Amino acid sequence: MTDITNAPGPRSPHRTTELIAGTLKRRHAKEARLKWIGLGAIGIAFTMLFILIASLVSSGWQAFAQTHISVAVYIDPQEVPAENLPRGGFDDVLAAAMAQMLPDADTDDRATMRSLNGILSNGAQFSLRDQVVANPDLIGQTVTIKVPVSDPFDQLNKGLIDRDTIEQNRRVTDREIAWFDTLKDQGAISKPFNWALFTNADSRFPELAGLKGALVGSFWVLSICFIISFPLGIGSAIYLEEFAPKNKLSDFIEVNINNLAAVPSVVFGLLALAVFIGWFGMPRSAPIVGGLTLALMTMPTIIIATRAALKAVPPSIREAALGVGASKQQVVFHHVLPLAMPGILTGTIIGLAQALGETAPLLLIGMNAFITSAASSPFDSATALPTQIFIWADSPERGFVSRTSAAILVLLGFLMLMNAVAIYLRQKFQRKW
Amino acid sequence: MNDMRKVERDLKVNDAKITARNVDVRYGETHAIKDVSIDIPDRTVTSFIGPSGCGKSTFLRCLNRMNDTIDICRVTGKITIDGKDINERSVDPVQLRAQVGMVFQKPNPFPKSIYDNIAYGPRIHGLARSKTDMDEIVERALRRGAIWNEVKDRLHAPGTGLSGGQQQRLCIARAIATEPEVLLMDEPCSALDPIATAQVEELIDELRQDYSVVIVTHSMQQAARVSQKTAFFHLGDLVEFGETEKIFTNPSDPRTESYITGRIG
Ligand SMILES: Nc1ncnc2c1ncn2[C@@H]1O[C@H](COP(=O)(O)OP(=O)(O)OP(=O)(O)O)[C@@H](O)[C@H]1O
Ligand SMILES: [Mg+2]
Repeated sequence: MTDITNAPGPRSPHRTTELIAGTLKRRHAKEARLKWIGLGAIGIAFTMLFILIASLVSSGWQAFAQTHISVAVYIDPQEVPAENLPRGGFDDVLAAAMAQMLPDADTDDRATMRSLNGILSNGAQFSLRDQVVANPDLIGQTVTIKVPVSDPFDQLNKGLIDRDTIEQNRRVTDREIAWFDTLKDQGAISKPFNWALFTNADSRFPELAGLKGALVGSFWVLSICFIISFPLGIGSAIYLEEFAPKNKLSDFIEVNINNLAAVPSVVFGLLALAVFIGWFGMPRSAPIVGGLTLALMTMPTIIIATRAALKAVPPSIREAALGVGASKQQVVFHHVLPLAMPGILTGTIIGLAQALGETAPLLLIGMNAFITSAASSPFDSATALPTQIFIWADSPERGFVSRTSAAILVLLGFLMLMNAVAIYLRQKFQRKW
Repeated sequence: MNDMRKVERDLKVNDAKITARNVDVRYGETHAIKDVSIDIPDRTVTSFIGPSGCGKSTFLRCLNRMNDTIDICRVTGKITIDGKDINERSVDPVQLRAQVGMVFQKPNPFPKSIYDNIAYGPRIHGLARSKTDMDEIVERALRRGAIWNEVKDRLHAPGTGLSGGQQQRLCIARAIATEPEVLLMDEPCSALDPIATAQVEELIDELRQDYSVVIVTHSMQQAARVSQKTAFFHLGDLVEFGETEKIFTNPSDPRTESYITGRIG
């Protein structure tokens, strides 16, 4: 108990002041040092980040534009018979149109005609065909179409092919360069924003390859991951933190949840391969499997974040609620959970951001297949953003180099967006007590 | 404890509302309350006094089973309210705490609006039939808590934005909004100025007409002013319990005497 009368007095007040003054300089120096070390660390981190982004942007920015060519095509009824439209010789029609624009080309030489066609993307004849099939009246008329050029000419236009190297070591011949320059002088060449990067699915041809399949795949994977891991994670955390008796068993569970969070992701992939695909017979490469796998990985993160957030709610708030006669469940749902929400949401979004970038488990369940259409349900085959990056990084065509960087930039963009949302939610829901 | 059978003049009823028999409380190794037996009468203000750390809050918290929430806390002995053992399995602590309100030692408003702080208890117990009914309950509680005039223009501002003393009165208002039969107040005036203190004391006196009030206080004057019964705790023991007048004028235990004359404390 307090025992004022026996309390000792101060030792020597004046000396104390001197002593403090003596240590003050050292303490301030320490503080300044700490500050500089901190600033240095942040500086290094930012430099690294800057180098990363700068290198990605420098190699990837070109992929956000795509060289297009406008061609006036005469749909020759002899080549394209109305009765057998889909089998018509659209490539010949296109080659003829190209020859029209390049008068010095020898139209009788088949090799020349092939190289003329090679300027256009492989997809040009298909898009022309689709257009004519949709509107057969076009037969016998001249239509102007704007199509991507093939990858080597795209590279040439973007200045990524050195005209001074000897011809054999170049992917375009001197003749083709001359043609291209002629076309450019005619004003047929343009370089608009590459919307196809977002609206096309994967393709063998880099100028046609886009991220739509991967974006849709990642969307399904993340949705399933969220739908499963968020309620399960929060539910488990609330039970463990608020209701579970504190005993050996709950300690054991706690330790194992922490262990689970540290398990390498590739192990989850193997597990999914064995359990979801092997036992349950779920389809390979499907977002449903990817989502389930990533949910297993994300759940421990959410549980740990939620428990920490619940623990941070001051006990006085719980006492206040209990004191007016709230039941345990009311205390949790009316008071503790709302106060813990910012922490829970931040943890969840960080977990999801991790899941978005996760590659290894998706590779194991086959989400790196070559798939040329976007999944329309979580049961279709699909790729995800990170696995798409993996596929493109592995492709030999020059055009995929910049597309890989562009895909990484898109992935980073989404990660930054998610983190921004996390920060926004934290600020919005933050309350003082 | 020998004064228990005496009937005080200005009390109409003096049955024991709360009885405690041989109550021991341990926090792990710390023995905070040692074999305390006490009868707290109905329609009376009982004050608990004693030096800091002697177990006043601990004992108070036994009366609405608030110590259940502390893992290491073990309560033994028998406590009854209206003759019913509160630690029995059949007793729902939720019901008990609605019946026995509490004002905590540290003000702990909810991080919600002032209005919601008061309305929360009545809302979960379904005490209001309509919105206007609830408004009435809130206003009445805030008036009785002597804080209405200060907050009536900002009922929807956060309760945590009030000053310490205002928060304390908000918590008093919150506790009485559910109309408990017993009100436990742990140092309700520790952060209040003399005017607010006088208002709270008036409230306590008024509550005594219908309820049993237990108040922990460090102010002898306050204990003498508001309470009819006083219990003096020392190192976990209930040293002396009796008429306030007698405790302050003619204590039977030397420890009580030294405490009220300022020699221990
Ligand atoms: N949550 C707890 N955990 C462990 N020990 C506790 C806890 N609460 C109180 N104690 C101990 O129990 C004893 C009594 O504490 P209590 O809070 O009841 O004192 P008090 O009489 O209310 O003091 P004050 O007048 O300072 O509020 C003290 O020795 C204290 O250290
Ligand atoms: Mg206390």
